[in-house]
Amino acid sequence: MTQQVEQVGRTREEMAQRLAQDIPNGSYVNLGIGIPELVARFVPEGRTLIYHTENGLLGMGPSPVEGEGDPELINAGKRRVTANPGAAFFHHADSFSMIRGGHIDLCVLGAMQVSQNGDLANWSTGAPDAIPAVGGAMDLCAGVKSVYVITQHTTKHGEPKLVEKCTYPLTGVGVITRVYTDLAVIDVTPEGFKLIELSPGVDFDYVQQRTGAQLILSDA
Amino acid sequence: MISKQVSSPAEALADVFDGAVVMVSGFGEAGSPIELIHALIDQGAKDLTVVSNNCGSGEVGLAALLKAGRVRKVVCSFPRTANSTVFPDLYHSGKIELELVPQGTLAERIRAGGAGIPAFFTPAAVGTPLAEGKESREFDGKTYLMERGLKADFALIKGKTADTHGNVIFNKTARNFGPIMAMGSNTAIVQVEDVVEPGQIDPEIVVSPGIFVDRVVQVAQPAHESELVAAGVSYP
Repeated sequence: MTQQVEQVGRTREEMAQRLAQDIPNGSYVNLGIGIPELVARFVPEGRTLIYHTENGLLGMGPSPVEGEGDPELINAGKRRVTANPGAAFFHHADSFSMIRGGHIDLCVLGAMQVSQNGDLANWSTGAPDAIPAVGGAMDLCAGVKSVYVITQHTTKHGEPKLVEKCTYPLTGVGVITRVYTDLAVIDVTPEGFKLIELSPGVDFDYVQQRTGAQLILSDA
Repeated sequence: MISKQVSSPAEALADVFDGAVVMVSGFGEAGSPIELIHALIDQGAKDLTVVSNNCGSGEVGLAALLKAGRVRKVVCSFPRTANSTVFPDLYHSGKIELELVPQGTLAERIRAGGAGIPAFFTPAAVGTPLAEGKESREFDGKTYLMERGLKADFALIKGKTADTHGNVIFNKTARNFGPIMAMGSNTAIVQVEDVVEPGQIDPEIVVSPGIFVDRVVQVAQPAHESELVAAGVSYP
């Protein structure tokens, strides 16, 4: 017998699609690993975005057909990708100059926790037996003009990911401005988490119950 | 007439000494100089400090060097990767030291080392556990951490084509750390598929100028890490 689990809120794809609506035409965008990668599939018709992958490519295109492509043309998730017309390759110091130097317009990252003042924790649970690995997330947080998070609203165990204060080791301090989850779109403001939009079929109380900090209703 | 070409990976690595600091290019398998790493395993140098973005996968390349017990310490941004068990095992059993560095800071430390810059300030990692023990300073109202330039005794790098003067071009995203590691090392050793005569690479497209490169060795058909891992290869 299989248990039926009802989908509440947006699927991963719908979350990515929702976020993609908000990226202006012509933006230079870095997408993190996981749900952020899905955003590239849903860019609205008529908009051109240029994707940066920190291992050394601007103008990243979609993955090639399984079994094709070049093992030396990969993204930050180490998956094979393609290079669009107008693409450029560069070394790591140039790549992180683009990031740290404020040349990338938007970065979309996954999260373990986001705090109401915009702190992000996404690289380690701090567990003593974990292998620490950070990659480029701290550089992205420190340098990209806007850093959005896309994540499930809670962990697999139902614990809130949006919290008053992160308990996991931080990736960046006060850097997140907006969070897209399966349940809502939420801005990080000087007053705290401000609800911008509820996902279809979800009400305020449902989201508040699953959020580890007070949600502020949008003025609108 | 000069020629930086040497006849084999073994010859290229003959003088790597115990305790050397060795930079190894690559992001995942892209740009990983597997044949040079395997030759370093054969060569036998030990107590090495390896500077590399990752720690390899399976039991080939960098992971094989670690497994052979030749590495005392890694300076690295992302030591765990799919199919990597060698580094986690060594780390959990306390047999290897890890200096974890944000990826962009790692790149800039290598670049700075090669550019004669002993230290610099970066905003990355401010307010995180990786800032602990580091000097910080405020510029224009924002806090930055001081990071030191990194220098290595040797760099093992994978390129695509080089001329005998050491000018190198790379393949796609395999370029990653290659050009800056060539700068940041006293002896930069580059494996390439093709070695050509001076003049056969257009000066306008040279990526690593020959002044940064000391030895060039041809590996006509380099292996790809993922293919070796999929085939269950364990080196040696």
